[in-house]
Amino acid sequence: MERIPILRMGDCLLVTIQVDMHDQLAMTLQSDLSRAIAAQRTSCVLLDISQLEIVDSFIGRMMANTAATGRLLGAETVVVGMQPAVAITLVELGLSLRGIHTALDVERGMALVERAAASRA
Amino acid sequence: MNAAPVVAKQACFELRSGVDVVAARRGVSDWARELGLTILDLTRVVTAASELARNTVVHGGGGVMCLQVVRQAERQGLRVTFKDHGPGIPAIDLAMKDGYTTGGGMGIGLPGAKRLVDDFHLSSTPSEGTCVTIVRWKP
Repeated sequence: MERIPILRMGDCLLVTIQVDMHDQLAMTLQSDLSRAIAAQRTSCVLLDISQLEIVDSFIGRMMANTAATGRLLGAETVVVGMQPAVAITLVELGLSLRGIHTALDVERGMALVERAAASRA
Repeated sequence: MNAAPVVAKQACFELRSGVDVVAARRGVSDWARELGLTILDLTRVVTAASELARNTVVHGGGGVMCLQVVRQAERQGLRVTFKDHGPGIPAIDLAMKDGYTTGGGMGIGLPGAKRLVDDFHLSSTPSEGTCVTIVRWKP
């Protein structure tokens, strides 16, 4: 079965979405991520969408649900690398994705979760 | 009043599954790029098409998407039509409202898609099906 790879980077899980996901693949990624957070006891997830041409309501909802589930499992999710045109389109579509952390790139995403972890400690 | 747009080019895509939705998105993206839409307008029209293609599969029980390059006077645009023979939309006014949903989604697909394009036309007949046409004109 087709799957999106989940890599480990320090205390984080890193997912780089390089393909145009069909809905079932997005759902599989969401459940794989929840399992990986619990199994690997990670405190953060970096979702790199810099190569995604569009984010529609389904993928947007998948990202929001991933972040919400991750939070319940003790991990913060940061969506990184969103293209400016994607951001504008998402807001016009009516999805502002409040509650999701975002960063311009993976490096800044890592810095964001490290600061969040430090403030909790 | 402008004359009706002339169709310069057309291609249709079957919409039966989530994988078909991906192929349809790809088609809209390729045609939008070829037409020379800006990256923002390309993103808008592909996103709108993705919402509508999913509706065709999920709510319409499958159908067809047709892509057209249209010309009207001096302007050119990308027209995308989604047609299904599903149950139809009983309350179009409600379906066009933000937040209204029957499918467990967020209810932003139709009104959201409308905001992303220049022209939006929806017609639906109970038990006969739904047809949605969108156009994004090249500025």
